[in-house]
Amino acid sequence: MDPTVFRPYSESDALRSDRSAADRLRHRQKVREAIRGNIADIIAEESIIGRSRDKIIKVPIRGIREYRFVFGDNEPGVGTGNGDTEPGQVVGEAGGDGNGPGSPGNRPGIDYYETDITLEELIDIMFEDLELPDMERKNLRETQADTTRKRKGFRRVGVRAHLDKRRTATSRLRRKIATRGAAPAAPDGPRFPFHRDDLKYRRLVADLRFQSNAVVLCIMDTSGSMDTMKKYLARSFFFLLYQFVHTRYHNVEVVFIAHDTRAREVSEEEFFSKGESGGTMISSGYNKALEIVQGRYHPTLWNIYAFHCSDGDNWPHDNGAALAAARELCGVCNLFGYGEIKPLNSGSYGDSLLELFDEVDAKNFHALMIENKEDIWPSFRRFLSREKAAASVE
Amino acid sequence: MSSWSIQDLEYWDARIREKAGEFGLSCFPQEFEICNHEQMLGYMAYHGMPAHYPHWSFGKSYEKLKTLYDYGVSGLPYEMVINADPALAYLMRGNSLCLQILTVAHVYGHNDFFRNNFMFRDTRPELTLGRFKLRADRVRGYVEHPSIGLQAVEEILDAAHALSLQCRRHTAIRKLTHEEQQARALDAAEPPHDPFERIHRPVEHRAPDLDRVPLEPEEDLLLFIAEHSPYLADWQKDLLHIVHEEARHSIPQIDTKIMNEGWASYWHHKIMNSLDLPEELHLEFLVHHNQVIRAHPGGLNPYYIGFRLWHDIRRRYDEPTEAEIEAHGTPDKSGMEKIFEVRETDRDVSFLRRFLTADLMRDMDLFEYAKKGDRFVVSNVSDEEHWREVKETLLRNIGMNTVPVIRILDADHDHNRTLYTRHEHDGRDLQYGSLEKTLRYLHRLWGRRVLLETVMQGKSTTFSCDEDGVGRSAG
Repeated sequence: MDPTVFRPYSESDALRSDRSAADRLRHRQKVREAIRGNIADIIAEESIIGRSRDKIIKVPIRGIREYRFVFGDNEPGVGTGNGDTEPGQVVGEAGGDGNGPGSPGNRPGIDYYETDITLEELIDIMFEDLELPDMERKNLRETQADTTRKRKGFRRVGVRAHLDKRRTATSRLRRKIATRGAAPAAPDGPRFPFHRDDLKYRRLVADLRFQSNAVVLCIMDTSGSMDTMKKYLARSFFFLLYQFVHTRYHNVEVVFIAHDTRAREVSEEEFFSKGESGGTMISSGYNKALEIVQGRYHPTLWNIYAFHCSDGDNWPHDNGAALAAARELCGVCNLFGYGEIKPLNSGSYGDSLLELFDEVDAKNFHALMIENKEDIWPSFRRFLSREKAAASVE
Repeated sequence: MSSWSIQDLEYWDARIREKAGEFGLSCFPQEFEICNHEQMLGYMAYHGMPAHYPHWSFGKSYEKLKTLYDYGVSGLPYEMVINADPALAYLMRGNSLCLQILTVAHVYGHNDFFRNNFMFRDTRPELTLGRFKLRADRVRGYVEHPSIGLQAVEEILDAAHALSLQCRRHTAIRKLTHEEQQARALDAAEPPHDPFERIHRPVEHRAPDLDRVPLEPEEDLLLFIAEHSPYLADWQKDLLHIVHEEARHSIPQIDTKIMNEGWASYWHHKIMNSLDLPEELHLEFLVHHNQVIRAHPGGLNPYYIGFRLWHDIRRRYDEPTEAEIEAHGTPDKSGMEKIFEVRETDRDVSFLRRFLTADLMRDMDLFEYAKKGDRFVVSNVSDEEHWREVKETLLRNIGMNTVPVIRILDADHDHNRTLYTRHEHDGRDLQYGSLEKTLRYLHRLWGRRVLLETVMQGKSTTFSCDEDGVGRSAG
């Protein structure tokens, strides 16, 4: 028999041999793709809306599970006991994955299909393939905020505090070496002093940053006909809008306007949890929004995004006023949208304002219909594509 | 960092080989490669192979192993051996000398098993590594080919992986050629010999349909598709062959896990005890040994079960009890002869069926559990009345018995190239979710409608899959 071969460990081989790198990368790509494919489901999950960006959420991944023909989960298995096992004894909790008791992985067909992801990553993925409107060039209104300074090079004059000692000393040394040949100094000759030319000061320039401000006006109908489901759909849409605007601007503010027949500015909590009552006068919400815009968010300084969710049950005689106010809002907003929320089984097939709003022909206005949570993401995409169109027209 | 050198390993290896020879183990030449934990994880993800074709599922497997390892959920194996000639094994460089010696001894157990067990007889171990390398090169070639690319290769590999274990599992039984199958079909169609044929009405001779494809139910799904699909390109068929061959390579290991690990543990135990180890090495060995072969309460540790069984067989032949002599007669061979015979002729299912006695089951406290609501509840223990049930359940959950048998009955069902397959129902229903997904893969490869006949909750059910998705119909 041939002698046994021992191949010693080789550091360089080990460093080179990350053989799975490409396959791991491909796997991660597939996870990302899978998440993107499921995004409508994920954002429809109530739990992620209104959470902080560091929040970690579990995302189900379909499409990267490996499937085979396997037997069902309810088939019995066999295990070893401690010597005193009795029939009827409970030996483990059945997890969601059909795993047996004891050590995991001893039965086939076990596969994870959830991954952890931060909300921030999720939002990145969400907007990654959206065709983002080209706002930076056209629509972005900038204000200069020259409050900070940054270093930019060096100069010979300046205030003492900005003296760069290291460079100063280096430049003296350089001069000393350069002059050595011309006038050989005695070993204990006179000291070689700093010259004014040696001094180097850090140069600071004002950092011109373009600060971009945006405000999201969330206007919601809180009249009696807006039930929990409708509010939830509205909430999902506002969440997306907020997150989207947040990716585009440094400074984003949100204003919540709740209206029934009168409009009030409310806190986020109140906005979503307030009980419903009363009738509906949409114009009141729009006028409140205009009032707030005039007072605090002047259109020359702020990018304004407004979105209004309602179920369309407006008082008929308010329609004219609402239309006028909507036109006015279109004038000040980057983008103004109206979402009519009519869950399929809600039983409230009242009036629709969609026809009414057809008359608003501004490029930056978009009216859409949301019937169920699957609609949210596609509607949102259409909404943004409208902004793109608006941007290119300007 | 490590307290040993290659010279130490060579010294102990020589002594272990000498002992192994004395005990009668016959091994392939052995090669060891020292690696770090990341390399080990890499080998694990790629089935231990130094060269393997790329696929994202291996990346996924690596990530999973690494996560489990990083969080301390699972450790790394001390060793990993590949069925090849020369046999290839990996040693972790961070392990202590004692663990290395133990591992080397254990590896020779596996090596002997690979060389002598009948399941491995036709695996051509001298070609294993080269074949894996060639397959890897072929797949990489397709991935890099400008007219194929990663996406197209992945699409086929994804589907093929889902079906790879749907193949003939009795590797030692030769598959009949088409001509032999025809001859057999003709034989079967002959009317049985009738001594009173002169007074009976002659039986009408029904010629068998020799054009039927397949002639006999076919278990090798991937091979069948590669041979009979008119839609697949050559490179796609080649991918199916590649995945099929890899599955064939792993089946003997899947089917001998308990025997193999038990055999290696039996021999490392024996060899280590015969080496006159210094005391501190010996004590450390005992700790590791007990760790490896301990019972996993609620689970099945193949090391434990195998180790117990090999010992029990030996004991029954060397020192049978009175009751055993009464039941089976005086043994005709020594325990040693018997275990060497068994390691050659059995696989897990037959091994357990033949040698797992009621006493041993009671001793190991084997029990059967079933899911009740959200809990696993013990349904049977190995007592006098129920040990047979427990044993039957055990046998069903071993090796390839955990893979449902699916056979192709007709490749031209309804004369429109519909693929008609049947699940050989053995009392266990298929899981619907994975059935649906896997059927789609089958459809993707076959390219035409696919039917699967099975039994769901006692009712015969047929699933069909075409471009529009999966549907089901009773009957």
